[in-house]
Amino acid sequence: MRLVDAQMIPQVLLELAQQFGLLSFLAIGGVNALIPDIHRRVVDMEHWMTDAQFSQAFAISQASPGPNMLIVSVIGWNVYGFVGALVATLAICLPSSVLTYGVAHVWNRFRDAPLRSAIQRGLAPVTVGLILASGYVLVRATDSTWVAYALTGATTLLALTTRIQPLWFLLAAGALGALGVA
Amino acid sequence: MNDSIPSAPPLAVSCTDLFIGFLKVGMSGFGGVMPFARRMLVEERRWLSEREFTEVLSLSQFLPGPNIINVSVIVGSRFAGPVGSLAASLGLMLMPFLIVLVLAALYARFDALAAVRGATASVSSAATGLIVAMGLRMAQPLMGTGWQVAIAALGFVALALLRLPLLWALLAIAPVSVACAWWTRK
Repeated sequence: MRLVDAQMIPQVLLELAQQFGLLSFLAIGGVNALIPDIHRRVVDMEHWMTDAQFSQAFAISQASPGPNMLIVSVIGWNVYGFVGALVATLAICLPSSVLTYGVAHVWNRFRDAPLRSAIQRGLAPVTVGLILASGYVLVRATDSTWVAYALTGATTLLALTTRIQPLWFLLAAGALGALGVA
Repeated sequence: MNDSIPSAPPLAVSCTDLFIGFLKVGMSGFGGVMPFARRMLVEERRWLSEREFTEVLSLSQFLPGPNIINVSVIVGSRFAGPVGSLAASLGLMLMPFLIVLVLAALYARFDALAAVRGATASVSSAATGLIVAMGLRMAQPLMGTGWQVAIAALGFVALALLRLPLLWALLAIAPVSVACAWWTRK
């Protein structure tokens, strides 16, 4: 039994590393565009988390200061504690960073190439589609009551039409939620 | 590192400087720290000019991976090579990584409390609204161009409704989109 356990442990870490390592290369437009695929892998395929846990991980990552890729750290933490968080975070950061380091040194040669600008212009609408898909997947995972839908809708509307800092929305929502209003 | 982008700077910036500079950036913003990175790099420490920052940012967005990490890697490499990249990206990630794990641990400890569950659920709903708003705002400039709207719609349908793996969706959609951009280039 112990032998089986010992073999199981690195297996999960290996899978974390593999799943997020691949996503690192696919993260055009940042980690926010990855949410549908992260959700598909983590909830639907691997069953590492439920919808509710995924939604909680998203909330925790958004309530932390720092880059918006922290949802990956929280997922890693849920799967295998501190080591899982470390592995998942390194996996999402390292492959793309190595690529970036390499490309930064030859970038000057391609800066004005027409193909480069076509790639950049071509990827922009793809990214928009992915971010909107992220919003859809998050609504499905997060909102189940009409109050929750209203909160998402109101935040969307206010974020689009005002210049209020995002943190205030999260604080206000947290207060409403803690009081049991929303 | 003379051929790194942008061209070699006259400034001497050590790995410690890089680590500290990005450490502060990492702790400053919620839901994205790019504006704080710009302020630190361009206004406070003047490691980059405005134009150089734009250049670094556009390369970071062009390449895959978390954009802000790419910025730290490029800036670090520019001043101190691979160790500089490591110092800058470690500085950026260290505190947010620890803080988010403390929050996750606190949540796991107190999730039996109705107030904590309620607050977390509502924060998630609001944060979801922020992502939807970001997507809609990014969609606005595409609206005049038919093929761009079609590509964005395809991406949405593939990932949100059909739940296709991102890899296959990208392999199918991205080349078509880049080809459209190529044909319509000025």
